[in-house]
Amino acid sequence: MTVTELVSYEDALASYDPVMGLEVHVELGTKTKMFCGCSTELGADPNSQTCPTCLGMPGALPVVNAVGVESAIKIGLALNCEIAEWCRFARKNYFYPDMPKNFQTSQYDEPIAFNGYLDVQLEDGEVFRVEIERAHMEEDTGKSTHVGGATGRIHGASHSLLDYNRAGIPLIEIVTKPIEGAGERAPEVAKAYVAELRELIKALGVSEARMEMGQMRCDVNLSLRPNGTEKFGTRSETKNVNSLRSVERAVRYEVMRHAAVLSSGGTIVQETRHFHEEDGSTTAGRIKEEAEDYRYFPEPDLVPVAPSREWVEELRGTLPELPRVRRNRLREEWGISEHDMQSILNAGAVDLIVATVEAGADSAAARKWWMGELARRANEGGTELAAMPITPAQVARVAALVADGSLNDKLARQVIEGVLAGEGDPDAVVEKRGLKVVSDEGALGAAVDEAIAANAAIADKIRGGKVAAAGALVGAVMKTTRGQADAARVRELILQKLGVEG
Amino acid sequence: MPGITREEVAHLARLARLELKGEELDHFATQLDDIIGAVARVSEVADQDVPPTSHPLPLTNVMRPDTVRPSLTPEAALSGAPAQEQQRFKVPQILGEE
Repeated sequence: MTVTELVSYEDALASYDPVMGLEVHVELGTKTKMFCGCSTELGADPNSQTCPTCLGMPGALPVVNAVGVESAIKIGLALNCEIAEWCRFARKNYFYPDMPKNFQTSQYDEPIAFNGYLDVQLEDGEVFRVEIERAHMEEDTGKSTHVGGATGRIHGASHSLLDYNRAGIPLIEIVTKPIEGAGERAPEVAKAYVAELRELIKALGVSEARMEMGQMRCDVNLSLRPNGTEKFGTRSETKNVNSLRSVERAVRYEVMRHAAVLSSGGTIVQETRHFHEEDGSTTAGRIKEEAEDYRYFPEPDLVPVAPSREWVEELRGTLPELPRVRRNRLREEWGISEHDMQSILNAGAVDLIVATVEAGADSAAARKWWMGELARRANEGGTELAAMPITPAQVARVAALVADGSLNDKLARQVIEGVLAGEGDPDAVVEKRGLKVVSDEGALGAAVDEAIAANAAIADKIRGGKVAAAGALVGAVMKTTRGQADAARVRELILQKLGVEG
Repeated sequence: MPGITREEVAHLARLARLELKGEELDHFATQLDDIIGAVARVSEVADQDVPPTSHPLPLTNVMRPDTVRPSLTPEAALSGAPAQEQQRFKVPQILGEE
């Protein structure tokens, strides 16, 4: 294998203009496969979820999953697409053991949804419109395990083993039109598009769209053309780029690689490429077959899908608020910056904060606990925020106890620790651990007197006007009360007893 | 002008993983050319107002509810497989033929 020469990203952009095309496959969350009633449940025994239809046995007849079609229409509508009045499935013929039928049932020139767009928001708030070419229905392939080669790779394998549980699970393939005009922001636009699409799919409830589980997969097409020219260059297609970060890296890498090839007088070969997570590089795969080599023809075993306009409008009526619109609304309601909102989105905390606010917390407190203490603990434990064993209602209760002065922040963190450790609701943890703020003014007053007596020099400074020195006395009181005092109240008492205005 | 060339037949044979000898290519190219020519006559009589037929029945929207039905057992699913390993279909080396 030859080492690929690259030019720097900046140099590449000085001479060339990137054009991208993104193909995203979304595995739908239906209970059954696209064309048969086999379960789609994950983690089943190999080949325990197959039947004559998805195994491609002679004579077996497919019937399309109504929820699969409905989900495709919803995705199309959410992407501002037109919905076909009449469309067919097609056979995409190829020989590869991941499909026992020797063809994939897909759609060819009659996609169910076409001609749409998705507005995506970049980190600085700029909105970039990505045009959608089409969204069509198809089915997933089986899972191959390659045996006998190095580290499970297909190269050098002596044979392969096939599990067809996944073969036939509904997929929606969403294809963009060529994305032009992104310039140096191409990697960022690509990432933002896939991120927005994922949010949209989740909001529609048609799939969990978990990229790490392969429920959403992205192919990145990229070509360069000399700055100031119109004609597209030859593209490469980097397959299976399966995280948001990888999408950004793959685009960046291909820009640098194409630029190196082109600027040294070479030509780009139209081929598929493999992305490598370890170093963000791509390597050559197979030379891309021409589309006609798949010998698409209308699937004779499935009748056309002709969604009535009534059905389409009914589904349009069920669409949720678009994620970008919702985020902007929440950002304004919460009074925070684009950057803070982006952090909340990246942390997977939007819905948790919304639920905590609905449970009675104010938004600042909800944000503070989810993005502070809980995000930190989730990060340490390597788990997702939503998977933490604490509910938004429990966080709201902690926030309420802080708001009414029953807890200070330090105690609240201990309460959260207790809830996470399975000690019960916040009130139960407060009870069991004895975490109430010392609000008995008599006890507090005694502790303050004690601190003043023990730190006469500091007390004199404060009397002399050095109010800032009060912090040391507050610390002393907090120590004797083992953190269970309201620090603000302690400060008030100290200043009051020393006859100083706060 | 319909028709099919010997080269196109060779290409299709390769895509279909059919090994054809030289004389077979000539033979099938002639036959297929006749067949395509015969079928092409349909498009001479069918005007623009006649849509191509892919389904003989006037049916659309045949769908099933998203309800799980029993699958085959793995044993039954694998029963026709020439080779199996670890409850999976065993297939020969995939790369290496190109």
